[in-house]
Amino acid sequence: MSGWQQHLPIVPVVLPLATAAVLMLIDEQRRAWKQGVAMASSLLLLLVGAALVRAADQWAGQGVPIVYRLGNWPAPFGIVLVADRLSALMVLLAAVLGFAALLFAVARWDRAGPRFHALLQVLLMGVNGAFLTGDLFNLFVFFEVFLAASYGLALHGSGAARVQASLHYIVINLTASLLFLVGAALIYGVTGTLNLADLAQRIPAAAAQNRALLEAGAAVLGIAFLIKAGMWPLCFWLPRAYGAACAPAAALFAILTKVGIYAVLRIWLLFFGPAAGASAGFGQDWLTIGGLVTLAFGAIGVLGAQELPRLAGFSLIASCGTLLAAVGAGSAAVSGAALYYLIASTLGVSALFLLIELVERGRAPGADLLAITEEAFGGFEAEEREDVGVVIPAVWAVLGLAFVACVLMLAGLPPLPGFVAKAALLSALLAPDAVAPSAWVLLALLMLSGLATVVAASRTGVRIFWMPEQQLAARVRVIEMLPIVLLLGIGLALTVLAGPALRYLDEAAQALHAPAGYIEGVLR
Amino acid sequence: MNELVIALAIGLLAGSGTWLLLRPRTFQVVIGLSLLSYAVNLFIFSTGGLRSLAAPFVRAGAPPDPALLADPLPQALVLTAIVIGFAMTALLLVVLLAARGFTGTDHVDGQEGEG
Repeated sequence: MSGWQQHLPIVPVVLPLATAAVLMLIDEQRRAWKQGVAMASSLLLLLVGAALVRAADQWAGQGVPIVYRLGNWPAPFGIVLVADRLSALMVLLAAVLGFAALLFAVARWDRAGPRFHALLQVLLMGVNGAFLTGDLFNLFVFFEVFLAASYGLALHGSGAARVQASLHYIVINLTASLLFLVGAALIYGVTGTLNLADLAQRIPAAAAQNRALLEAGAAVLGIAFLIKAGMWPLCFWLPRAYGAACAPAAALFAILTKVGIYAVLRIWLLFFGPAAGASAGFGQDWLTIGGLVTLAFGAIGVLGAQELPRLAGFSLIASCGTLLAAVGAGSAAVSGAALYYLIASTLGVSALFLLIELVERGRAPGADLLAITEEAFGGFEAEEREDVGVVIPAVWAVLGLAFVACVLMLAGLPPLPGFVAKAALLSALLAPDAVAPSAWVLLALLMLSGLATVVAASRTGVRIFWMPEQQLAARVRVIEMLPIVLLLGIGLALTVLAGPALRYLDEAAQALHAPAGYIEGVLR
Repeated sequence: MNELVIALAIGLLAGSGTWLLLRPRTFQVVIGLSLLSYAVNLFIFSTGGLRSLAAPFVRAGAPPDPALLADPLPQALVLTAIVIGFAMTALLLVVLLAARGFTGTDHVDGQEGEG
């Protein structure tokens, strides 16, 4: 149980950092060099992610996570990185999205502004660090690292809309970071430690008069995470900021909301799991109800969205709502299915963000608005038009097929993993003898949100793909279709391999809900 | 007495910061965020317990006595928080100027509303 695997958790942090440093040294003119270095590093990160998942699975089979002690200081005093099944998988997911975004950007977007590649690597470093870190303050630092990079990426390409949207995005996230600090400070003030495993041990033993303070700290911390995760009513910034960002950045941002979800899942279950004594289950109702409302809000937003980027943004919110409500159910079986849903929806939204840019590129500006006016006022076109034998150009056929695949993934229809995810989620929710009322609400909302996605997407799809007169000659390069195919292909593979994937995720969820192995592994 | 002064200072900073954060001009928002981050930094500092004439480190030779030491961890945290907050404020200032350049107004929404 030692050897090289023990050192794996540090690699997803150090590798992107070193790559970013090298990329900063290369002149902006030497584009091929930059692309080569970034691509090599991203490929390597993919391999490391896969190796980490494998290693974490092996170690977790023996009941402990991989713990990397920086400087070999013992755990509550030194800094630790912890890779259990969940964090390893999240690192792999981030690496996949990073690779897809990079591949997409190489075709043209990395020319839209300086330092794109370095920012992307720093973002990956921050996200990986947030997934792997084993203490609260480093979680804050890694949050700041990826947020700082995300500000740069949100601004990439410049323009009035991006700068305006980024201004709001930055202010909201800075405020959230301040809340994070307040929460972390309160928790430290009560317990005297910031190590997550140590906190999990000390919270049940906290004195009764300090408990209110501790729970207030955790609630403030939770608000900071939920702003990132996009829970209603903390999510109004999301569709605008993600819609304005350039496509590869937006595709990568799909993982940022999941960092918020991950933080809630990890910290809530460690601090307020069944073993937390008087505080057990603190905030559970808030998560459930907040998740349900978020899901409803996302579904309504999807129906009301008039532009594709907003549609993608709202479907991201809907998926986060589903996840939060599922986490709030508080059972390991539901969490396992929710993790599968997390992966499926992240891949789907990310592919959709990439696809949208390709589609929008081939359309006249303002075409969306025009189409809506036409629908509302009965259309301006000649009524008897000969539509027989209209040839759809090959590019549009491919884009259309990819769009259908994205929608199937997000709406949860077979054969893509969205369906498996929702089926697993519902069967886990309805498995107990006494089904909670919130589970029925979640069931209804899940069905309705799937329907809303299908309705909204088919309306938009018809408007875009079956109205040839609005299409300009779209120039799409193969390398731009590749990442979309890659993301959707992974989705398809997830469906085929749903058995092993669900087994892995179920075990990951079991470990989350019974964190004794995690705590012991870190503090040993 | 110390506790009261610190608590009042944090409250005053946080209150004015929140008020400024909700104002419609970007500059007010930046100052509001700065005040809020001062409040938060003071707050983190105070979680280690307030005491004077206590160093956060052990003297060589003398046996360590926790009763005489200040808690070093909040001080280290506050340093990190200050650095990060400072860098983010600088970044925000650049974005603020860019937004003003693009829209010609310093309103947070890019267009003049009431207020």
